[in-house]
Amino acid sequence: MKLATRRRLSALGVLAPPLLWTLLFMFVPYAIMFTYSFYRKEFPIFIPDFQFGNYLQLIQDSQYYTVFFRTLKIAAAVAVAAVALAYPLAYFLVFKIRSPSLRAALYMAVIVPLWVSYLLRAYTWKTILGSEGVLNSFLVWSGILEGPTDLLLYNQFAVVLTLTYIFIPFVVMPVYTALEKIPRNLIEASQDLGVGPLRTFLGVTLPLSIPGILAGATFAFCLTFGDFVAPVLVGGPSGTMIANVIQSQFGIALNWPLGAALSIVVLIIVLSIISASDRLERAGRLNLG
Amino acid sequence: MSATAIAEPRRRRRRDPSFWALGALVGLILAFLYLPVIVLIVFSFNDNIVTTLPLRGFTLGWYEKMLANEEMIAAIRNSFYVAGAATLLTLLVGVPAAFALDRADFPGKTAFRRLVMLPLTLPGIITGISMLNLFRVLGFNLSLETVILGHGTALVAIVITQVYARLMRFDRRLEEASSDLGGRPWQTFLLVTLPNIRSAILGSALLAFTLSFDEIPVTFFLTGRDNTLPMYIYSTLRRGITPEINAIGTIIVVVSLALIFLSIYLLREPQRRSRAT
Repeated sequence: MKLATRRRLSALGVLAPPLLWTLLFMFVPYAIMFTYSFYRKEFPIFIPDFQFGNYLQLIQDSQYYTVFFRTLKIAAAVAVAAVALAYPLAYFLVFKIRSPSLRAALYMAVIVPLWVSYLLRAYTWKTILGSEGVLNSFLVWSGILEGPTDLLLYNQFAVVLTLTYIFIPFVVMPVYTALEKIPRNLIEASQDLGVGPLRTFLGVTLPLSIPGILAGATFAFCLTFGDFVAPVLVGGPSGTMIANVIQSQFGIALNWPLGAALSIVVLIIVLSIISASDRLERAGRLNLG
Repeated sequence: MSATAIAEPRRRRRRDPSFWALGALVGLILAFLYLPVIVLIVFSFNDNIVTTLPLRGFTLGWYEKMLANEEMIAAIRNSFYVAGAATLLTLLVGVPAAFALDRADFPGKTAFRRLVMLPLTLPGIITGISMLNLFRVLGFNLSLETVILGHGTALVAIVITQVYARLMRFDRRLEEASSDLGGRPWQTFLLVTLPNIRSAILGSALLAFTLSFDEIPVTFFLTGRDNTLPMYIYSTLRRGITPEINAIGTIIVVVSLALIFLSIYLLREPQRRSRAT
C-alpha cells in the first residue's frame, strides 16, 4: 500500500514537468495566438475584441493572398525539386552500392549537412549567385558570359534553389528508409518473370517507396512554407514569402492581430498537409499488406 | 552465400549502364551539396574583400579581424550561454517525457505526444510568435532567457524522440532482475536503466546544442537587446557581405561537423556495439 503510493508519487514527479511544460509553452501560446487573431488593431497596439476582420482582410486584400499563392508555389517547387534530386541519390545508395560500409559512409555524407548551420548554407548561395559572386565571375572568366548578370540573385528561382539545397538531406532520409524496407525478393521475382528493369522500377520499386516520397515532400513543403531567412537573403522583393509578411506584422507594421491571423492560417495549412500525408502514407502501407 | 552468387551481380553491375548514369548523377548531386561549403571555406582564406574569382592569395587576415571584433565575440559568448542552458532544459523536460511516453498511461497521452512533437515539423516562426504572445501576456521582458525557453520548447522533441527510441529497445527484464536482487528503485535507475540510455541522452544533447547554437526563427522574435551569433551574422548579412563572415562560418561548420559526427556515433543502434564487446 505504502509502496504503491510512493510509486504513484514518483510517477507523478516524472510526468508533471513535461506535461506542465507542454501546457504552458505550447498549448497556452497557441491559444493566445488564436485569441489575438480576433482582436482589433488600434493605437498604440491593439484591443480585445471578437471579430473576423483580420481573416476577412486576408481574403479581400490582394497583397496577402498573392503572397500566399506565391509561397504555396515556391513550397511545391522546392518539394518537387528536392524529391527529384533525393530519390536517385537514395536509390543509388540502396540498390547500386553493394558494400555496406561504403553505403553507410555515403549516407552520412548526404545527411550530415542537414545539421550544419542552416544560416550559413543559405548565405553561401548569396555569395555564389551575386552579381560579383563566384558563379558570375566564373562564367565571365570562362567566356560563357560577356559581363556579369544580376539575373541569378534576388528572385524566386534563387529562393527555390537555396531551399532545395537545404532540404535535400531531409528528403533523402525517409526515401532511403522506404527503399531499404522493400523486400528484395519482390524485385527479383519481377526480374525472374522477365520484366525489364524500367518496368520493374515503375511497377514494384516506385509504388513501394511512395510513403517515403510523401514523408520527404511533406517535410520540404512545410519547412519551406514557414521560412523567412532564405527569402530575405536571396529572394529580394519578388521573392517575399508569407513568413516575411508575418514577421513585418510583428515588427514594422505593428499589427499583431493580423499577424496572429496569418500565423493561424499557416498553422492550419501545415497541420492539414501533415495529417493528409499521414493518412495517405498509412493507406499506402495497408494496401501492401 | 557462395562465391559465384557474390561475383555474379558484380559482373552484372559493370555492364549495367544505369549504374554509371546514376552514379554520375549522384556525383553531381553530392557536388551540389558540398560545393557551397567548400566555397565558404576557400574564401575565408582569400585575400580579397569581395567574394569573387579568381582567387588572389592566402591570408589569415579575416580570422584576425574576426577575433578583434568585440561585437561578434560577445555574440559568440551569448550563443554558448543560450545553447548550453537550452540543452539542459531539453534534457530536464525531454528525458522524463520520453519515460512518460514509454511507460506511463495517462489521459490525453496521444494529444500530449502530438503536441510535444509539433515543433519538429512546424516552421520555427510559429513557435517563435506563439511564445512571443505568451511572454507579452505574462509581461516578461525579452532577453536571452526568453530565447532559452523558446529553444527549449522548439528542440525538446529531438531529445524525446531519440531517448524514447532507445527506451523502446531496452530490455526491461534487466530492471526486474535488479529489483529482484534487492535493488531499490533509484539504484536500479542509476545502475541499470541510465547506463543503457546514456549515449542516446548525450547524442541528442549534442544535436540539440548544435541546432540551438544556429537557431534563427525563434531567436528572432524572442531576443531583447542581446544578439546570439546567428542573429549577429544575419543582421550584418543584410547590410552586406564581408569575408569575416566566411571566417566565422568556417569555424562554425568545422565545429558543428565534429559535434554531429560524435552525436551520430552516440545515437547509432546499440546492438552493434554490445556484440563487439
